[in-house]
Amino acid sequence: MTKRNVPLQVKNLCFDARGIRLIKDVSFDLTAGSRLMVLGANGAGKSLLMRLCHGLLVPHSGTVQWGEGQEGKMIRQAMVFQRPVMLRRTALANIAYGLKCKGVARPLRRDIAFDFLSRVGLARLANHPARLLSFGEQQRLALARAWAMEPDVLFMDEPTASLDPSGTHAIEEITRLIAQEGTTLMMSTHDLGQAKRLGNDVLFLHRGRVLEQASAQDFFQQPKNDLAQAFVRGELLWWKKKKDLYPGGGIEQIPSDRI
Amino acid sequence: MAEFWAAFAAAFDLIYGADDNLVGIVLLSLRVSLTAVLIAALIGLPLGALVGFLSFPGKKACVVVLNALMGLPPVVVGLLVYLALSRAGPLGVFGLLFTPMAMIIAQVILITPIIAALTRQVVEDLWGEYREQLTSLQCSTGQVVLTLLWDGRFSLLTAVFAGFGRASAEVGAVMIVGGNIDHVTRVMTTAIALEVSKGDLALALGLGIVLLTLSLGVNAIAYMLGEFARKRMGA
Repeated sequence: MTKRNVPLQVKNLCFDARGIRLIKDVSFDLTAGSRLMVLGANGAGKSLLMRLCHGLLVPHSGTVQWGEGQEGKMIRQAMVFQRPVMLRRTALANIAYGLKCKGVARPLRRDIAFDFLSRVGLARLANHPARLLSFGEQQRLALARAWAMEPDVLFMDEPTASLDPSGTHAIEEITRLIAQEGTTLMMSTHDLGQAKRLGNDVLFLHRGRVLEQASAQDFFQQPKNDLAQAFVRGELLWWKKKKDLYPGGGIEQIPSDRI
Repeated sequence: MAEFWAAFAAAFDLIYGADDNLVGIVLLSLRVSLTAVLIAALIGLPLGALVGFLSFPGKKACVVVLNALMGLPPVVVGLLVYLALSRAGPLGVFGLLFTPMAMIIAQVILITPIIAALTRQVVEDLWGEYREQLTSLQCSTGQVVLTLLWDGRFSLLTAVFAGFGRASAEVGAVMIVGGNIDHVTRVMTTAIALEVSKGDLALALGLGIVLLTLSLGVNAIAYMLGEFARKRMGA
């Protein structure tokens, strides 16, 4: 399946909550077919940025501009959350519900839903209540539901944050399959290994600011920003003493030209 | 003490023998209360869902009023409905006073806020959980409301049962607007009040036992539904 040219342009995006600026002047482009990994420590603003891009939150300033999809159609997006939200119905019905929202005719929903359930290896649990599945199975189901929407762009907010290695592996395999269909991915993670395995572009955030945007290869081999270097080295940015990162001051006093 | 047990024995005889008078009163009670619950549910469920799901100016005040209305004094409701339906009242032309319909109207007014307020709470909690997912799926407002009502169905049934409990146990309002007319508007609660005042404890006790059984049955069903939901749907 060939996907459309789907550039997402984010310009000077800012978001405040209770008077505190949490996303600060973020700008970047999401190009068609890319697998953009949003990296950063906890509290960097990764989830907020995903929600702003997906339209779940309204920015206080700046723009999230979507290009045109195939034949001028609106670009379809879907999102998978860190904690999967399962509707109180069966696994199959959860996917069918998404298809209903998408406008798929009732007679077709069941077969399509079952197909996507099979793709994520949950066909045997089709009639099982979704909320009684294990966390890993729920996340795979959430991914299947998003996949069934046939999105041009799929947002994934730390989908493996609470999973063990086998669960993570399953999600990554499904993510690869989705990407192979040409879906553009934007995924937040603080797992460097996962970003290396899945990403071809990286957006590095720190305290609501984009400190670096580069190809995954460049970012992991030679990050330009010193905080990004520390992050790639596996140092804990939040715990690192200010004087170690910035001998002349601290994170709070980073000269503006360095960020 | 012997008189006390004799009254109980007579009450069980009436129930066991399916006494015509007792059966008539029970059936009328059920007809009035079930109709009132049905109408109140049709109004209260969507109303509560909309208040729980929508954000609008004055929502907090609306919630406070809705919660306060749960404790509406039945006699006051009875009085207001009486005034509205009496010949000189605005709805007097319909001639509904002292009919089962008047009792249904009074009960609808009493239990709609209960169903709406409980629905609002259920839907608001569910919306808090589903908001991002349903927004992400680009559901329409109608789809969202229906989804919240469907997924909260077990909790909402409990709300409806709570309404039925209030309706079937209510005496003040139905006494005022129904008039407790034999074979016309005499329901279990008004009949109990009358028979006690007359000293006929057997019928009063018989009706009381039916009322208690009904209440226990409703609560048992609500409990079993909750357990079923937890075990089968993870709700």
